[in-house]
Amino acid sequence: MEQKKSKLSRRGFFKAGSIIVGGIAVAAAFTPFDGILFATEPPKGKGKWYGIGIDINKCIGCGKCANACKLENNVPKEPFYFRSWVEQYTIKNDGSILVESPNGGIDGFKQTVPDQDIFKSFFVPKMCNHCAKSPCVQVCPVGATFETPEGIVLVDENYCIGCRYCVQACPYGCRFINPEKGTAEKCTLCIHRLEKGLQPACFEVCPTEARIFGDLNDPGSKINYFLKNHTCMVIKPNLNTGAKLYYNALSSEVR
Amino acid sequence: MVQHIQDLYEVLSKVDGYVYPNEIELNWSILIVLYPYITGLVAGAFILASLERIFNLHVLRPTYGIALLTALSFMLVATMPLISHLGKPFRAYEIMITPHLTSAMAIFGFVYLWYLMVVLLLEIWFDYRRDMVVWAGETKGLKRFLYKVLSLWTTDISPKAVALDKKLGYIVTVIGVPSAFLLHGYVGFIFGSIKANPWWSTVLMPVIFLFSAIVSGIALVMLVYIVLTRIRKLSIDMACLDMIASYLFYILIMDFVLEGLDQIHRIYEAEESFEVLHNLVFGRLFFTLFIMQGLFGTVIPLLTLGTLQFYKPKALIRKGIYLVVSVLILVGIFFMRWNVVIGGQLFSKSFYGYTTFKIGLIGTEGYLMAAVWLIVPFLILSFLLWLLPPWKKHEDDPDVQVN
Repeated sequence: MEQKKSKLSRRGFFKAGSIIVGGIAVAAAFTPFDGILFATEPPKGKGKWYGIGIDINKCIGCGKCANACKLENNVPKEPFYFRSWVEQYTIKNDGSILVESPNGGIDGFKQTVPDQDIFKSFFVPKMCNHCAKSPCVQVCPVGATFETPEGIVLVDENYCIGCRYCVQACPYGCRFINPEKGTAEKCTLCIHRLEKGLQPACFEVCPTEARIFGDLNDPGSKINYFLKNHTCMVIKPNLNTGAKLYYNALSSEVR
Repeated sequence: MVQHIQDLYEVLSKVDGYVYPNEIELNWSILIVLYPYITGLVAGAFILASLERIFNLHVLRPTYGIALLTALSFMLVATMPLISHLGKPFRAYEIMITPHLTSAMAIFGFVYLWYLMVVLLLEIWFDYRRDMVVWAGETKGLKRFLYKVLSLWTTDISPKAVALDKKLGYIVTVIGVPSAFLLHGYVGFIFGSIKANPWWSTVLMPVIFLFSAIVSGIALVMLVYIVLTRIRKLSIDMACLDMIASYLFYILIMDFVLEGLDQIHRIYEAEESFEVLHNLVFGRLFFTLFIMQGLFGTVIPLLTLGTLQFYKPKALIRKGIYLVVSVLILVGIFFMRWNVVIGGQLFSKSFYGYTTFKIGLIGTEGYLMAAVWLIVPFLILSFLLWLLPPWKKHEDDPDVQVN
């Protein structure tokens, strides 16, 4: 049998070989595209790095936090816009779960389930989780929402185009579009108060001190003391958002 | 504003279970349903045109020009629903000037411009350049001026120049197919990459969007072709139509299989969100998902087109069937987009309840506004067909010369 002679010349072989090897080397030298890696590496703050703790056992559902937030930040009064709100969870004896938050809890709560049917009931204050790997920051097409070096997620309302992508991307429902401004709005951790050395409004008014915030980078801070001494959990940990809102006594029903 | 708040109070009274307070308002309305629908039509129509060119399917020649012009007509309005939906429409340009590269949405402007400028316009230009030069010599007044401008004042229609046009046009088509895939697969990624939303967050979303786009684009070109020949009182090329229908059939099967796979996967894995999604599809989405998308948009066209693969009734009847099937598919894919965009916002991310979608007839986000964005492309198409009639192209007399 006659053996077919390969058409590939030596010169051709080296040429093709060097293109392949060179191409791979060039590709390998490229820095990975940030867009894909965003959600895997949290930004590392060196100075203050704020975290929030909420003790569900201490919350009495007075709704003062939600109200203070609306007053302090000029949030629209209608019950469709909240930077901070309180939910009442009622687990019934038959295992069914009732969640309510009339007007965000601002007007307080009335238990609608008869006492004998209740297995347990508790309040869960909600607010922005100020995630370290925020899905909302990731998806903003113009970079109008960003994370400060202190780990606070903010929106630049002079830059936001109002595409609402961040509202869709927040797993916790913490964002809304301000109906007058047409731009995204959310909890700022009252950064204007923090800069003056004050506490955020919702922390200030909480009568039971169910809310704690502080510097996660400071081993002696209140938040670190809280995290050390309680069994804390974030909501939806499976989403790997790097949430920095830690709850003590968080029940598995809370989402 | 006042009306908006009143509407929200009405929606609030219809909330079922618990939704986060900020979720009562649906953020993406019918205009965002139109966005993937229109870009899908563009990508699908273009891919049909490319079949003729790349795979030398000359039987599809009668629809080549129509498909390209249809793609362009819809492409020109694709961004309009998006921009008019923005809270700050006048800041839309920021997305091009300062794109935030971790955002899937930020790349849209570039993908769009690439597709519009590099692919569609170039391909049409190369395809029509010689004809425009010829037509400029045959017409007078404004039309002549338009042809001169559109052909960029070129006059060389020597066989060599025309051959170069063809070659360059072919290269653009070859680049265009992956671009069309990119355009629509990417639109699917905008939704598929939102991990907060289990109805959207599936790796199959770009592929499903792509195949449904091809299905809708082919159906649209088929419809336009049937209607055009009817208006122009010409006999229709049944071989071409049959070929389009068989492509439509095969791609519809793939689309159906992919969507089925997505649902089977959801049902079998039955993750945390399963109950809320199960109640969603059998509740608030039942009509649009099972009846409009499933039955009318998929099952009936599949069975009809499948039957026609081996049983061929008379041409007139086939034409009628193709007309009905193309309309059904176009309606079905519209509702597919509806079910993704609206469906994905009807349930709470707390998985404890549902909100409703209230849409008015008038207003910037009403039915009429949506209808406008669906009618405008047809007006543009009419203009383009008047200006660049594919049936008047000088295909058969390559030696034609003008001075």
